[in-house]
Amino acid sequence: MKKGILVALCVLLASCGAKDRTATNSGVYMLLDTSGTYTEELEKAEQIIRYTLSKLDASDSFAVARIDTGSFSEKDIIAKASFDDRPSAINRQKRLFAQQVSDFVDNVKPAPYTDITGGLLQAVEFLNEKDTGKKTILIFSDLKEDLAEGYIRDIDVEFAGFKVIALNVTKLRSDNIDPREYLDRLENWKRRVEKTGGEWQVINDLDGLDGIL
Amino acid sequence: MLGITPWPVASAILWIVLIVAALYLVRSTAHKTIQAAAQGLHRSFRIASKAVSRSETRMSVRNRDVLLAAGQESKERIIEREFDRINESVRKDLANYSSLHRTLSESIGRIEKDHQEAVDVPPDPPGWVKAVQAVATIESREGHGMIGNILSDIHKSLVKAHKEALTAYHESSAQRHKLLRHMRPDWRQIQQTLGAVGKSVDSLLSRSVTIDRHMKEYEDIVAGQDRAISVLSSSSLVNFFVSAFVLCIAIGGATINFSLIARPMAEMVGGTNLIGGFRTADIAALVIILVEISMGLFLMESLRITRLFPVIGALPDKIRVRMAYITFAILFLLAGVEAGLAYMREVLLHDELATSALLRGDTGATATGQYMWITTTAQMGMGFILPFALTFVAIPLETFVHSLRTVIGIIAISILRTVSLVLRLLANIFLYLGVFLRQVYDLPLFVPLWLEEHMAKKSGHTSMPRRAVQ
Repeated sequence: MKKGILVALCVLLASCGAKDRTATNSGVYMLLDTSGTYTEELEKAEQIIRYTLSKLDASDSFAVARIDTGSFSEKDIIAKASFDDRPSAINRQKRLFAQQVSDFVDNVKPAPYTDITGGLLQAVEFLNEKDTGKKTILIFSDLKEDLAEGYIRDIDVEFAGFKVIALNVTKLRSDNIDPREYLDRLENWKRRVEKTGGEWQVINDLDGLDGIL
Repeated sequence: MLGITPWPVASAILWIVLIVAALYLVRSTAHKTIQAAAQGLHRSFRIASKAVSRSETRMSVRNRDVLLAAGQESKERIIEREFDRINESVRKDLANYSSLHRTLSESIGRIEKDHQEAVDVPPDPPGWVKAVQAVATIESREGHGMIGNILSDIHKSLVKAHKEALTAYHESSAQRHKLLRHMRPDWRQIQQTLGAVGKSVDSLLSRSVTIDRHMKEYEDIVAGQDRAISVLSSSSLVNFFVSAFVLCIAIGGATINFSLIARPMAEMVGGTNLIGGFRTADIAALVIILVEISMGLFLMESLRITRLFPVIGALPDKIRVRMAYITFAILFLLAGVEAGLAYMREVLLHDELATSALLRGDTGATATGQYMWITTTAQMGMGFILPFALTFVAIPLETFVHSLRTVIGIIAISILRTVSLVLRLLANIFLYLGVFLRQVYDLPLFVPLWLEEHMAKKSGHTSMPRRAVQ
């Protein structure tokens, strides 16, 4: 009898304690375009990263990666963190993260090619591995993909459950000549994301970042 | 419906006649049915009202008993405390009685001895002073040269003896004065001792007056007098509202306490773990506060300030005192833990502010103010003091629990009384509704009823019309 009560209590406690904490946490993966003259925009990206860091809390995950010639690689991850349970540890992690990003922005070198699809694949893989409740991919880029020869990126990425936000999508010189090129580029990315169940959003005014996370 | 004859008006009249005829035919049955229904509902509601009324009476009696029992217990406690005080006073005075008696006896003995010694009168100066003066006045030239010399020597000797006697007398007087001076502190001591005794006696007398008053009230309660019930009831309501007010303040204090320790608790148990949908850190903080309140209750119980747990009150004094020490120690440790957590909260807050400032790029804001130690100290102080302050929640809680029983009884009685009244009202409404419905039923039948009455009068029928009967 006593054993039965003990077991029932244990089961009750376990059922209470074993709440799925990942159900409410957030995972954010930010891709930074480092190609050509876009590197000049990275200071803005740093501000966005700091803003994102201030919004994230215990058990959230955050990673920042660069987009270069071949972005489907862990080596392109500049900084990553899964925030601890304890507030003091979270603050330490955030400060370290901000420092790593700052060092990267100070020493970044432009990449010759822009492999956005590879970066997205890496982001999806990272966030799926973290199994966070909310999954957000931030792309800080002009969205002009420029692949090196031999790189195959004509593949469908599974975006179901993901929110993909393109930030600071600058207009290229050619876009100014023919705006359809810019609009087609945006439409193309939107189609690719929404095709597999993802959610697409473009934010060019960085003052309107409130509420994206 | 109006097509039963070629003329609608005729059809309508025909319908009316048919309906009135039908209603007239079933009138007696319809009246009985209405009456039966009305009577049935009336009786049901009357019975229900009486049942509720009986419950209300039972509840009143029970509430009265509870009130009397509570009042009796309270008075017993007060009288017991008064007797304890008297006992303490008597014990203290009687314990000192032997030493007091000894002090008084010694003082009196010393005074007697000194007095006796002071009574010993020194010898008077010699009575032959006059003779000496006479000798001194005899002239030497009278021719008794030798006698004159002798008398002169005698005179000198006598003067010398006189001086010595005077000196002895003075010394003796000084000694007597000294002895009388020695008696003064003894008098004062006796006066002080008697004053203390007088105070004790006065205190006992005033306490006996208080006890008499309480005993009179106690007798009133035991006799179940209405005045006593009224006083107890009013006192119970006042106690209820006052204790509820103090408990609200205590809840406010507990909330502040909670906010002080909930945040740093996340450092110990994690900030994201959930138990039953609530953060584990919040639950842990709440548990600490509840444990503190429990310890406070036990402490108050062990000190016999409250009597919520008869088991603790019935413990042997030695165990009870030991329990008081243990609960106080636990409370002290928890207060220390809270002070530490309050300090940790401030540290975390600074850390978080510094991180936020860094993320905002506002490096100037990271500097800590030089007066921040004031808030840190204040928080630590609150963290340490609040657990002890919450200890005293036990007193209003006990009053609240005891008065709640009476207040609930009063509310229940009021509700039952209202329900009984409403049921009685409904019973009467249904009774008169039956009468009203019968009258309404007869309204369209005024023609046949008039005819029936008219024919009855004409035929000299002695019986009353049915309407009147019913």
